[in-house]
Amino acid sequence: MSEAALHLPAVPPSRAGAQRVRGESLVVRCLLIAVSLAFLALFLLLPLVSVFVEAGARGFAAYQAAITEPDAVAAIQLTLLVASIAVPFNIVVGIAAAWAIAKFEFRGKNFLVSLIDLPFSVSPVISGLVFVLLFGAQGYFGAWLKANDVQIIFALPGLVLATVFVTFPFVARELIPHMQALGSADEEAALTLGASGWRVFFAITLPNVKWSLFYGVLLCNARAMGEFGAVAVVSGKIRGLTNTMPLHVEILYNEYMGAAAFAVASLLAGLALVTLALKSLLEWRYGDAIAASRRH
Amino acid sequence: MSVAVTIESIEKRFEAFAALRGVSLDIQPAELVALLGPSGSGKTTLLRLIAGLDQADRGRVLFGETDMRELSLRDRRIGFVFQHYALFKTMTVAENVAFGLNSRPRRERPDAAEIRRRVGDLLDLVQLPGLEKRYPSQLSGGQRQRVALARALAIEPRVLLLDEPFGALDAKVRKDLRAWLRDLHRRTGHTTVFVTHDQEEALELADRVAILNDGRLEQVGTPDDVYDHPASPFVCEFLGEANRLPVKVVGSQAFLGDRPVLGGLSQNQGGPASLYVRPQHLRIVDDAPLSLPGVVEHLRRNGPLRRAEVAVQGLQRRLDVDLASQVAPAIGERIRLRITHGSLFAAA
Repeated sequence: MSEAALHLPAVPPSRAGAQRVRGESLVVRCLLIAVSLAFLALFLLLPLVSVFVEAGARGFAAYQAAITEPDAVAAIQLTLLVASIAVPFNIVVGIAAAWAIAKFEFRGKNFLVSLIDLPFSVSPVISGLVFVLLFGAQGYFGAWLKANDVQIIFALPGLVLATVFVTFPFVARELIPHMQALGSADEEAALTLGASGWRVFFAITLPNVKWSLFYGVLLCNARAMGEFGAVAVVSGKIRGLTNTMPLHVEILYNEYMGAAAFAVASLLAGLALVTLALKSLLEWRYGDAIAASRRH
Repeated sequence: MSVAVTIESIEKRFEAFAALRGVSLDIQPAELVALLGPSGSGKTTLLRLIAGLDQADRGRVLFGETDMRELSLRDRRIGFVFQHYALFKTMTVAENVAFGLNSRPRRERPDAAEIRRRVGDLLDLVQLPGLEKRYPSQLSGGQRQRVALARALAIEPRVLLLDEPFGALDAKVRKDLRAWLRDLHRRTGHTTVFVTHDQEEALELADRVAILNDGRLEQVGTPDDVYDHPASPFVCEFLGEANRLPVKVVGSQAFLGDRPVLGGLSQNQGGPASLYVRPQHLRIVDDAPLSLPGVVEHLRRNGPLRRAEVAVQGLQRRLDVDLASQVAPAIGERIRLRITHGSLFAAA
């Protein structure tokens, strides 16, 4: 659900209304607008609304019961825990990768850029499977891990790994074009003025890209909490232990507990809405700064 | 405070491109030197090497007696003004100017009140008092340029390096800032090197001009020196307009065809040569032994000057002649030109 909401094409507010010259006739224009509105309503808005309608169908008490039930609470806690590990990790590594790509010339740079996009182009199921293949009982490192009593698959480390893999591109991809557009002159200026490397980073680089960074983190977090495919493969779906919210929703639904499923789903949909609202706010308030980072 | 800079046979390549091929230059303390050249001549590369922002492949840069590589970027104390100023846009003017002082290790750092006072003094010096709280985006191009300069001066630099200091400004502001920079240099006395592709700017501002072409130093000298006595055809053409005449030197005279056009030459440059004559060094004369007959074909206005294009027999291109205070001839009129000053280079 959150994914569908997030991939709406974002129209930069500054460009709306700027085009005065239109070749199309009135009929064509109305038709195009009607078709897109109908599509949006049918495929995006309607499902979203239905989530909240279904969630509230049995009344507030049932809704509250569904999201305070121990397994649901465990799923919410696990989701927050996984996101709170995966997102900071991806922030640090994403900044490092973006920095390396934007500020330095080195062999294999183009390869690295393509590699960053890999998680976007690979099916999430496969992203999960590779970790099972590596760390599962029959995997390459399975025997060693078992001998040393380390559990990765069907446990928190596996969930974090799969989430990190799937959500890695968000931060780096927001930062790279922005940092490239900014160049290195500010950093060089700071260095000639006698600043240390850390001071250059925290006083110059980070403030310069803070909005793209925030934007990337927002998207990264939404995906980290909403990821289903990769996480489903490595989780094992042990209720109360390795079930994240999206997995919990699926289990409830498969057990014909529709209202409860939609109640938990409404939390995820709510996250999507909050993300969307923050993203719109950012674009409205800091459109120029973000525009630089949106030239993918 | 200011220090001599010695550049010793610097070489620098970028992959297959040789940006600098052995450049040596001595800069005196408190001197104002222009690095002048067309784009791609290596002038900005040289400036960045002096600053230590890039490393030379060969050769070295000395500050006084010290090899610059022995110093950290902080200890070099370079005041570098970037072409597009590189002001920190998330900081106010005051924070920008104070950045260098605030970046010092804690025991060398002046206290907050002292820094505030210094920032105020510097903004007075660059004639921007009271703009402490503004952000760079709220300043005009000329103001940004001066903030960048104040920021560079704040660290009490031993050398001030300016990359195309007026490149991003419009013509009027450029002229004002030029005079102002000249004045500032006179008062503060920093050893200053600036890069420009504008020969007028270099000639007007600098104590000495170093002309770069294709990674090599073509000539170094005072503005009068390089303008009146160019060492190469490149320097001659780059510093200003010049008419090129294919001549033949016999004895002490240069001949265009079989007509002598310039005399009083030293004896050792016989043979075919190129004679470069600036438009202001051609004078219309009534009759003279060494003169060039021609027909006025065009009259143009070039800023304050009027200019005639004169066709001369045996020359494909018309000669440009400045008519500073002379009575303007009419189009089609036959005139005689005398060369008052020219630069002779043996034909390659």
